[in-house]
Amino acid sequence: MNSANYLYLSALLFTLGAVGVVVRRNAIVVFMCIELMLNAANLSFVTFSRINGNLDGQVVAFFTMVVAACEVVIGLAIIVTIYRSRRSASVDDASLLKR
Amino acid sequence: MFNTNSLVYLIGLPLFGATFLLLAGRKVDKWGHILATVLSGSAFIVGVDQFFQMANRAPEDRAITQVLFSWINVGTFNVDAALLLDQLSICFVLLITGVGTLIHIYSIAYMSHDENRRRFFAYLNLFIAAMLLLVLGNSYLNLYVGWEGVGLASYLLIGFWNQKPAYATASKKAFIANRVGDMGLSLAIMIAFATLGTVSFAGVAEKSHTASQGALTAIGIMLLVAATGKSAQFPLQAWLGDAMAGPTPVSALIHAATMVTAGVYLIVRSNFIFDAAPTAQLLVVIIGAITLMFGAIIGTAKDDIKKALAASTMSQIGYMVLASGLGPVGYAFAIMHLLTHGFFKAGMFLGAGSVMHGMDDEVNMRKFGGIRLFMPITFVTFGLGYLAILGVPPFAGFYSKDKIIETAFYSGGIKGILIGSVALLGAGITAFYMSRLMILTFMGTPRYTEDKNPHESSFLILLPMAILAIGSVASGFLLSHGNALVNWLSPLFEMTEETENEIMPPIVISSLALVFVAAGFALAWKMYARSAVSNTAPTDVSIFTKAARRDLFQDDFNEAVFMRPGQLLTKTLVSTDELLVDGTVRGIGKAAIGSGNLLRTTQTGFVRSYAALILIGAISLIAAIWVVTQ
Amino acid sequence: MIQLAINTGVTQTPEAILFWILAPLAVAAALGMLLVKKAVHSALLLAFVMVTLAIFYIAQGAVFLGIVQVVVYTGAVMMLFLFILMLVGVDSSDSLTETISGLRPIAITAAFGFGGLMMSLLGRATLGREAIGLDAANANGNVASLAQLLFSKYVWPFEIVSALLITAALGAMVLAHHQREIPRPTQRDLSIARFRSGSLATAAGLPGPGVFARHNAVDVPALLPDGSPASASISETLRARGDMKDSSIYQLDQINTAVEEEK
Repeated sequence: MNSANYLYLSALLFTLGAVGVVVRRNAIVVFMCIELMLNAANLSFVTFSRINGNLDGQVVAFFTMVVAACEVVIGLAIIVTIYRSRRSASVDDASLLKR
Repeated sequence: MFNTNSLVYLIGLPLFGATFLLLAGRKVDKWGHILATVLSGSAFIVGVDQFFQMANRAPEDRAITQVLFSWINVGTFNVDAALLLDQLSICFVLLITGVGTLIHIYSIAYMSHDENRRRFFAYLNLFIAAMLLLVLGNSYLNLYVGWEGVGLASYLLIGFWNQKPAYATASKKAFIANRVGDMGLSLAIMIAFATLGTVSFAGVAEKSHTASQGALTAIGIMLLVAATGKSAQFPLQAWLGDAMAGPTPVSALIHAATMVTAGVYLIVRSNFIFDAAPTAQLLVVIIGAITLMFGAIIGTAKDDIKKALAASTMSQIGYMVLASGLGPVGYAFAIMHLLTHGFFKAGMFLGAGSVMHGMDDEVNMRKFGGIRLFMPITFVTFGLGYLAILGVPPFAGFYSKDKIIETAFYSGGIKGILIGSVALLGAGITAFYMSRLMILTFMGTPRYTEDKNPHESSFLILLPMAILAIGSVASGFLLSHGNALVNWLSPLFEMTEETENEIMPPIVISSLALVFVAAGFALAWKMYARSAVSNTAPTDVSIFTKAARRDLFQDDFNEAVFMRPGQLLTKTLVSTDELLVDGTVRGIGKAAIGSGNLLRTTQTGFVRSYAALILIGAISLIAAIWVVTQ
Repeated sequence: MIQLAINTGVTQTPEAILFWILAPLAVAAALGMLLVKKAVHSALLLAFVMVTLAIFYIAQGAVFLGIVQVVVYTGAVMMLFLFILMLVGVDSSDSLTETISGLRPIAITAAFGFGGLMMSLLGRATLGREAIGLDAANANGNVASLAQLLFSKYVWPFEIVSALLITAALGAMVLAHHQREIPRPTQRDLSIARFRSGSLATAAGLPGPGVFARHNAVDVPALLPDGSPASASISETLRARGDMKDSSIYQLDQINTAVEEEK
């Protein structure tokens, strides 16, 4: 099978994740969309690793996972903090930094 | 009785008077004027004492210097606040304190009804102190302090009745015209310091031989500018007529006898510069000749008695400046005319004040007439001054003015004939306008209204006039007897033995001058004594009369050439500043605000719209890649 | 042509079959993630996408990553998401109605633009050679080979990432820690506050739901003495989820039995 198919799939999933970040209002769903984008990128790395015949791509994907885990931990903590003070998990409600 | 150290008392006494009277307040209103007069008189006594001490010394030792304190001490530049009393200074000291004291006495009566008399006397004392500092300073910098001081005193006294806007404007005009001259003096001092490294008279005199011709000419011209400002010479003469807004004693003291002659003093004092800079010296002569005619012509058309006298002052100082531009031979005659003029012009101004006093402050000569019957003493003292200024022998003016005309003729070549003729013609015109003034005021039939009550003034007013009248009669003879003043001053000037090119003998010149004077008098007699004089100025007069009435368009000229372009320049600068400079600054600010406001609309605060913008940015990036990898 | 046929034949491998079954499902699940209303459903769909990706990793020879994907992502991270969802609860932010005008068209256009450009670029890119495959690289086993790389070439990033993890853990603790500035209101305080509030209507506490219950449900509002339904008696969460009945139908004069029949 042509490995490029995985790349197409990756691009598609990434696009969907990006759109999700823009259209969804629930902060947690927005976060999940970001995770989707990261996973799509990981898929690309793994595919390239296979195409190039070395494991560097997999290592990078591994690091991406670790960083994503950190990001999720901090991000969710922030969501909880915001929710505690504003009683809302909507990203639109945290809009004080504006004109 | 007094030693060298008493020089400081000359300045200190009137300065103390000014400070005390200004600070003491109303408590001293009752006796403040007496104190001021006594202090001025004391200064005169000190001056007389110094004069006799000096006269008793050998001519080489006559000049004395008193260092008060070290004023500026920077590196190699040292200026002491020091006083120099020499043969030239003492003449001025005696004139200033003598005439000054007489005018103090006069003012006691003249200003007796003025509620600000104490302030007036404080200013008078301030003037005496500043004027003495001017003539006693041993360097240009010390002189400059006094120079500015008399400018201030003049400003304060011209605008003494500053409740009248016209008077306040006149004082401002005098001050501003003087500032132009002061700028010349400061520039002269700066050039002197830059080229010679010193500003003291002795230092500059010593080093003036080493300086280049150009630098000396520049210093000379700048000094001349200073002199034209202070002495109301062309082209800075316009302020003197308006300066008559001040009380009459002020006109007599400051604007006739002393301050306006400071320019002559400056030129004579700087003889070492002018002797070495012929171009500047020639300019001095030209300025003197122009002013001489200028003042005389204006004098013929003025109906205001004080303004006619002011024009006369301008013209007479023109004589002095002209003489001081004639080199070593002229300096002594310039000073002699200055001294005699101090007597007779001050006397006539005081006489005019006396007339005004008796005529309810009326100044229009056309509304006088026949006053001699009511004011005999004023008439006699004024008449003696009148004869003196005409140059009728043996009155003072004859000795001094004839000598100037003579020297002018003898200065050589076509130049000598030219300036000699101007001086001669000036004498004739002087005779005309002074006779006109005399006839209109004292002769003829009364033209004043019924409610006027001409009466002779009080003793305190008449006494100074009488003393000055004696001076008008005798000073010329005394100063020229045996060349007294010339010999007295001669150690100060480097006399060069010039070949006298006598184009005609002195007796011819004197006779010519008398002929011109007689012609001027006859014309005035014909016009104003033989024919009826209207008490309003006739309007169907020639264009020359109109021009003379308008002061030969001096104000129009200044307004057109300096004031309006200056205002225009100021307005242009203001609008440039507002539109261009401020506009640029504000424009940048507004542009920043505007663009900020524009960009602010993108700051919705919604994270999702920012995410959308990032997405659009990413698309742009990919589109760019897509295009370049085409 | 023969080569193409061979290639086509080669793609008809088990991997291709796997791909063509799972890839559409993954895309559908990702799309569903955007479209479903409830965050919980989104989370479940994401978990499905992640498991699919894990399978793809394994299929491509990244065995270790596939396992880590399942354990770390689908297990730990998604658990964290669900946990936070439980903590935050359900509110109106789940609604799919767009509140920022014009954003949705922009997003959709952008999505098509972005996707289209990416596809186009990928289609245009040529490697110039066949995929090498990981058989050689994985000769000592995938895990051992990865370990070899991680602890030799990538040892510094590895160390730094470990520091990042610790920092993140500490940061999460700091952020989530809540210092109470005012003492927790006691029952007495709450009672006083109720009496001091604007009206005495709530002085006795909010009415419980289902007081006028014709069926035993918490989504039925209490009725006030005048017969009007008290909307305050229903949980906010139910309202946010849209699980609440329109309270007006419980107006006394509005009651009709047909509603109950339907229920």
